[in-house]
Amino acid sequence: MSQYEIVIGLEIHLELRTKSKIFCSCPTTFGDAPNTHVCPVCLGLPGVLPVLNKKALDYAVLTGLALNCDINTYSKFDRKNYFYPDLPKAYQISQYDFPVAQNGNLRIQSNGEPRVIGINRVHLEEDAGKLVHSEEGDYSLVDYNRTGVPLVEIVTEPDLRSTEEARGFLESLKKILLYTGVSDCKMEEGSLRCDANVSVRLKGETELGTKTELKNMNSFKAVQKGLEFEVERQISRLEKGERITQETLRWDEGSAQTVSMRSKEEAHDYRYFPEPDLVPMEIGAPMVEEIRKTLPELPLAKRERFIAQYGIPEYDAEILTSTREMADYFEECVKIFPDPKAVSNWLMGELARHMNAAGLNFYNIKIAPQHLADMLEMLQQGKISGKMAKEVFADMFASGKTAGQVVAEKGLEQISDRGVLEKIIDEVIKKHPGPAADYRARKEKALGFLVGQVMKVTRGSANPQMVNEILRDKLK
Amino acid sequence: MKLYQLKVHEAHKLISDKEISSEELLLSVLNRIEDVEGMVQGFVTVTGDYARKKAREADEKIARGEAVGPLTGIPFALKDNMCSKDILTTCSSKILKNFIPPYNAEVFDRLEEQGAVLVGKTNMDEFAMGSSTENSGYFTTRNPWDPARVPGGSSGGSAAVAAADEVLFALGSDTGGSIRQPASYCGVVGMKPTYGRVSRYGLIAFASSLDQIGPLTRDVRDCALVMNAICGHDPKDSTSTPVEVPDYSSFIGEEIKGIRMGIAEEYFSLGINHEVKDMVEEAVAGLEGLGMEKVELSLPHTSYALPAYYLVNPAEASSNLARYDGIRYGFRYEDSESLLETYKKTRSVGFGAEVKRRIMLGTYALSSGYYDAYYLRAQKVRTLIKKDFDQAFEKCDVIVAPTAPTVAFRTGEKVRDPLQMYLNDVFTIPVSMSGLPAVSIPCGFIKGLPVGLQIIGKAFDEGTILKVAGAFEESMPFKNMKPAFGSYSRGGV
Repeated sequence: MSQYEIVIGLEIHLELRTKSKIFCSCPTTFGDAPNTHVCPVCLGLPGVLPVLNKKALDYAVLTGLALNCDINTYSKFDRKNYFYPDLPKAYQISQYDFPVAQNGNLRIQSNGEPRVIGINRVHLEEDAGKLVHSEEGDYSLVDYNRTGVPLVEIVTEPDLRSTEEARGFLESLKKILLYTGVSDCKMEEGSLRCDANVSVRLKGETELGTKTELKNMNSFKAVQKGLEFEVERQISRLEKGERITQETLRWDEGSAQTVSMRSKEEAHDYRYFPEPDLVPMEIGAPMVEEIRKTLPELPLAKRERFIAQYGIPEYDAEILTSTREMADYFEECVKIFPDPKAVSNWLMGELARHMNAAGLNFYNIKIAPQHLADMLEMLQQGKISGKMAKEVFADMFASGKTAGQVVAEKGLEQISDRGVLEKIIDEVIKKHPGPAADYRARKEKALGFLVGQVMKVTRGSANPQMVNEILRDKLK
Repeated sequence: MKLYQLKVHEAHKLISDKEISSEELLLSVLNRIEDVEGMVQGFVTVTGDYARKKAREADEKIARGEAVGPLTGIPFALKDNMCSKDILTTCSSKILKNFIPPYNAEVFDRLEEQGAVLVGKTNMDEFAMGSSTENSGYFTTRNPWDPARVPGGSSGGSAAVAAADEVLFALGSDTGGSIRQPASYCGVVGMKPTYGRVSRYGLIAFASSLDQIGPLTRDVRDCALVMNAICGHDPKDSTSTPVEVPDYSSFIGEEIKGIRMGIAEEYFSLGINHEVKDMVEEAVAGLEGLGMEKVELSLPHTSYALPAYYLVNPAEASSNLARYDGIRYGFRYEDSESLLETYKKTRSVGFGAEVKRRIMLGTYALSSGYYDAYYLRAQKVRTLIKKDFDQAFEKCDVIVAPTAPTVAFRTGEKVRDPLQMYLNDVFTIPVSMSGLPAVSIPCGFIKGLPVGLQIIGKAFDEGTILKVAGAFEESMPFKNMKPAFGSYSRGGV
């Protein structure tokens, strides 16, 4: 296998998070009853005309900028013609020779090495509907809710050299796209979809091998598994002296193999031509600059800044910047409680653990950064113990209360008042003269018993360090 | 004079003076339809009940003292490729024989807002592909001046019902001459506005970059009134242009002294009938007599317009008509074994020969490997034709030409020869390819058949066209000539 080089290019379809569809005002909501978000325009009834949703164009430009693309000042729509029941006009409004953005790249880490993956183009188009096949297979129904949801198609150069790298690229891309907020990138809901062009060649060969196109990979795992299968299939054919047929394949999750959909000869001739119902778009420099201003700091830059600015380990920075929401949460906490490593530990530890268990994310958790920072401060001041803090945090996470509220309600505040502790300890020594005497006789074990008694009396809220100190003093 | 014979502006005066009611006018029109429609066959659908309701609404408005607009209570017809909510809209195609749109075309909305009264949807060549209405999926409309002849097309139904006094005005659509040529054949005024002047929303698309809606009326003043109602930017149509719309009526009755009239030699050669040529030249002399300045010029790429048009137009049509697949609405061939068979049989049975011809032509022209040689080249030719006009309009204000090379031809005469049929539009197509406005107005008769004069203007300068057309019409002795129905009435043919 090692004598072969793998060449992969990806085509990613991304549903944009606009409120309404790309050419009409129907909502883009996912998961509602079939054919409830439709109108004459997205149903392609005779005589209707499309009108571009400006927000979709803005998002496409933003996507282009996030991927370091050149934005075309002149861009236009074209019709891609083919017959299928999920495509009510029998053409998809897409872009052919003047996409919104071109010539970009995305920097990724692959096997610990930095790699630059070329982005060929980013273009705007409309989504198609969805066929629902009857169980008996004797009829199909069409749901047009998704018809006309705005998509960008992102096409990479054939720069990916392993299946892991392809998956890694996809993960980095998703991270960036989530940062920009143009899409919710949910593969399971189809808002992020990925097709791949795959070929292999002997190492050192400069010509590309015959490629196949792989479709229907519905998760990151499926992308990697599908690609692995296809790469192995191609290599084993070449090993046997057979040729690769240029064709479109479908990844079949059930049987875990690729299945032929259509050969090169059966490929569609889409008969692209300029969409006469829409006027070309002029994307001037002022518009691009306006959109550039909304481009957030992207993951890689943020990660490097976190390491430099907060002095946290690379590992922490990587995890904290995995989503924009987590990074923002971290920074807000640190603003109030300036111990970055402590905040990082709590975010990656307790907060992540509770969020996973409850199935929540940064959008719907009740605990605000201010709350976490306040609690960390109480911990630092010794008002609560480390052990208590975890208990308090659990309560805060569940209820949304502040640390102060939880501590007060449960009477959990740590007793660190020397006077109060001394009184309690005097009582305990009086009550248990035997162990006290044992300690004085250098039986270290006895101290533990006495500390335990103090904790029992205070229901665990005594500052354990201070209890130790005071006991040792008194029993000298 | 019968009420149905009134022009729009005359009827408006009587209605606003409360001399007649909208309903009286409508009843007169409906009776007229009953009398002559058997001969004309201009309507696919007559909306009598709907019209009565709308006429009463108009009368109630007037009774309440609300403002009476120029079109309030005026009966009109829409070509059957403009969508009308809850009213059958067929494009004269079998594939849409049962299509009832859930929405209105923008032009219909605008006319209804003014209180105009829809009396029916008119016959046309299927999907507007043709020059005679012989390509209608239902029947051929007859020319009111001679029922053995075609009314022209594709807006033949609209032109015929306006000429036969079955409505006071009608809307047509013009892609390569489909308003102007039937206006010429039927002796009415037909205007194709500048591309972008009138919203195409709800006009069933044929060739999107060329289609434009316009009025067919019995005189120029009426043309201006209808233009006032239908023109103007519509946010629902991205290709409609936000250019201010003047009051077109204000151009009527103006002097035309000193306006420069371009005469292009190409429009007086290319297969023109010599009698038509003579008549148009006479009209040009008449315009000179009214003080217009004649400028001889050349539009050298004129002869390339037709072939280029027959690439662009079918290309767009092949895509626009792909949606008629039997899946969601319209006709479906039920007895199919597979999806592909449903598509094939639905479209084979549902479309007529001309529509299929254009779909084939267009699909071919857009195919990979042929696109550059055909579609792209045609678009380049289109640019050259546009440039011809730009240069011409540096020397003149309007261009005057024949509308069609002949008078109305006999039904069946050209139906087997598509190329002969296409040549009918040789003088109207270059204007369509350039997106320019033009009107056809009657300029005389040859053996009882009307001849049309085409006045072409600069983009968005319909005003000057109407000014010239108005003055010309005023100077013509035959301006109130009517087809002599006589014995044809009540199904007399």
